[in-house]
Amino acid sequence: MSEIKTGGQIIWESLMNEGVEVVFGLPGGAILPTYDDLAKYEYPIHHVLVTHEQGASHMADGYARATGRVGVCIATSGPGATNLITGLATAYMDSVPIMAFTGQVPTSLLGRDGFQEADVQGISLPVTKHNYLITDIRDLPAAIKEAFYIARTGRPGPVLIDVAKDVQQDSMPFTYPETINLPGYNPNLNAPDPAAVSRAARLINEAERPLIISGQGVSIAHAEAELRQLAEKTNIPVATSLLGIGTFPGNHALSISWGGMHGEAYTNFAIQECDVMLAVGARLDDRLTGAFETFAPKAKIIHIDIDPAEMGKNITIDTPVVGDALLALRAMLPQVEPNEHPAWLEQIAEWKSETGHRDILTQETDELVAPYIMRSLWHATDEGDATIVTDVGQHQMWEAQYYYHTKTRSLLTSGGLGTMGYGLPAAIGAQMGKPDEEVWVVAGDGGFQMTMVELSTIMQERLPIKIAIINNGFLGMVRQWQDVFYNKRHAGTPLFNPDFVKLAEAYGIHGRAVTSQAEAYEAIKEAQAHDGPFLLDFQVEEFTNVYPMVAPGKSNADMIRRPAPAMPQGGEE
Amino acid sequence: MNGNGTKRHTMIAWMEDKPGVLNRVASLFRRRNFNIESLAVGHSETPGISRMTFVVNGTDRVMRQVQTQLFKLIEVTRVEDVSGQDAISRELALIRVKADSETRSEVMQIVDIFRARIVHVDMDSVIIQVVGKENQVDSLIQLLSNFGILEMTRTGRVAMVRGAGVAVDTAVSANGNQ
Ligand SMILES: Cc1ncc(C[n+]2csc(CCOP(=O)(O)OP(=O)(O)O)c2C)c(N)n1
Ligand SMILES: [Mg+2]
Repeated sequence: MSEIKTGGQIIWESLMNEGVEVVFGLPGGAILPTYDDLAKYEYPIHHVLVTHEQGASHMADGYARATGRVGVCIATSGPGATNLITGLATAYMDSVPIMAFTGQVPTSLLGRDGFQEADVQGISLPVTKHNYLITDIRDLPAAIKEAFYIARTGRPGPVLIDVAKDVQQDSMPFTYPETINLPGYNPNLNAPDPAAVSRAARLINEAERPLIISGQGVSIAHAEAELRQLAEKTNIPVATSLLGIGTFPGNHALSISWGGMHGEAYTNFAIQECDVMLAVGARLDDRLTGAFETFAPKAKIIHIDIDPAEMGKNITIDTPVVGDALLALRAMLPQVEPNEHPAWLEQIAEWKSETGHRDILTQETDELVAPYIMRSLWHATDEGDATIVTDVGQHQMWEAQYYYHTKTRSLLTSGGLGTMGYGLPAAIGAQMGKPDEEVWVVAGDGGFQMTMVELSTIMQERLPIKIAIINNGFLGMVRQWQDVFYNKRHAGTPLFNPDFVKLAEAYGIHGRAVTSQAEAYEAIKEAQAHDGPFLLDFQVEEFTNVYPMVAPGKSNADMIRRPAPAMPQGGEE
Repeated sequence: MNGNGTKRHTMIAWMEDKPGVLNRVASLFRRRNFNIESLAVGHSETPGISRMTFVVNGTDRVMRQVQTQLFKLIEVTRVEDVSGQDAISRELALIRVKADSETRSEVMQIVDIFRARIVHVDMDSVIIQVVGKENQVDSLIQLLSNFGILEMTRTGRVAMVRGAGVAVDTAVSANGNQ
């Protein structure tokens, strides 16, 4: 027997049916009935009050990326909903499953420019996988059921449900639907075309200089083990995309880091010289490929992706394999033959050692630079046993270069949209989803200030998040572009910063400024030993830039590199 | 084929008949700053499924991509580019033309030649209904413009492939989306 429930109750009970334990949000008039039902009926769902709704959507995103489950955020109409948009766009670009609920003005006031009305379905349309405007309570249960299904299946993505206030107050007999009716949605749950798989295997078997690019699709499909088996069986080196970092252990003998605009030079050489490329769950975007027509010019490319719209979007593909990465790799595994590729691996090793001579860590300097901090952090976290959430900028690239990720889903970063302000709130989401995990935020002094209001959320939830600010006094990555492309005119990039340690103190968070290499490791250890959140203000050398660098629209072979010192030493770029 | 490698594509899309669907489709084209030359929407043979025919200029590669992206829309059940296929395409137009006792018979003659029909007559104008290929409709309009066109509306192209089935390689559907 279905009982009579309000729209608000239907939302909470549906969330419980979907196994949701935590939501991130901030109330307002148009969503109040739903909030009231949460309190009135004491649903066992934990609501995390955020400081700004952008934080709510990033938290849902961090929760989803860390756990693989759907993250949920909730906001009121008008400005509450528009504040979510940056987080939705971030999740959309990086295929992250999140659900957003927004309140909308009552149905009778729709389109009449009432207080806090915004066309949220219209605004969110291009940055969501799908969205709904609910003006009739009878549509609500199916919409929620569908929304969760759409968010997490196929190529995941954000889904928004805008619920008119009167719908939240209305009531009807409710049971959560068991079936879904979406005739236009087939999320490719089946195994890929066997002929395509065989063609791909044949190409791999015949390759002399093969290369794997492992993308985030590998972790979405839970195919890390299969990818590793395939690489080990065939002895094929594995590079990742930025979002693919962690899908293959960064310290594995076959790992060749990641490629693209700020990827390792030796990785880019390997990409440009390979004769067969197997790209798995990576969308081959311009930051990875450089100028499309110059990407991997000698390679036959096999592209495994669940989204057929990715096939040939940027790069001409020889063998498209449309389907789930796990099923594709499983099908491919028995068909690929053991191989050695000694000359190819030797060539890559040579490039790698040449790259090492230019590494900033092998150059003698006492200065405190982010690469040193990132490597220290890697050592301090038992060589990769932590989740690192970055913001966007130079520090993000250094984290990705110098922290070897050995666990899947251990680097959360805004790759596609490049959203400054992502780090801190996403880390809160990650820590909520993985309470026992050591979670670090690595943020620039610029991006940190965009969402640092969520420090209060850290305290409210008593989360032991550790924060490393890479404080270079600049919007560093933009300053770097000015250095390289705009004749060092630093328009709008020097920062006027607060005292971050005092700022943390104001929230009740302990902190420490770090000004020298000598203190770095020990300061990280102090933060780890502290029971609770801790902020480290790393006051780094200001003008250090990220190398190598592929200028936009240039080939990956065309890198701007740090000059090699006269006396070559060991290490790597 | 135009100079820049683009050509006119006629696409047919089938989609669930729900609010906002047209917006989603239009949004895909707007994002690339494409101009939709014509767009016709109506019911299909399946209840609850609308059929949309649109004409857009673009390169084959881009249109192929638009096709796969259209198919990603949750409500869209099938998309087909019928440009290269043996398809029948038609358009309907209503044209109000100046016609008094002096010119009426001449107008009627032209209407006859084009197998169009006069569906309404006033003292000083007639409304003509024409169904045909776009170029036929174009020619009729050109001729009628000599008399003075007072008002006009065209439905845009609707199309249907000849023969029983749909050429599999041009239809994105069974292959699933995303
Ligand atoms: C919301 C947003 N605004 C602007 C940019 C452009 N942008 C990219 S990196 C960057 C500088 C980031 O500075 P900071 O956070 O200090 O990090 P750093 O590069 O110095 O490590 C800017 C402004 C962006 N990515 N996101
Ligand atoms: Mg900075």
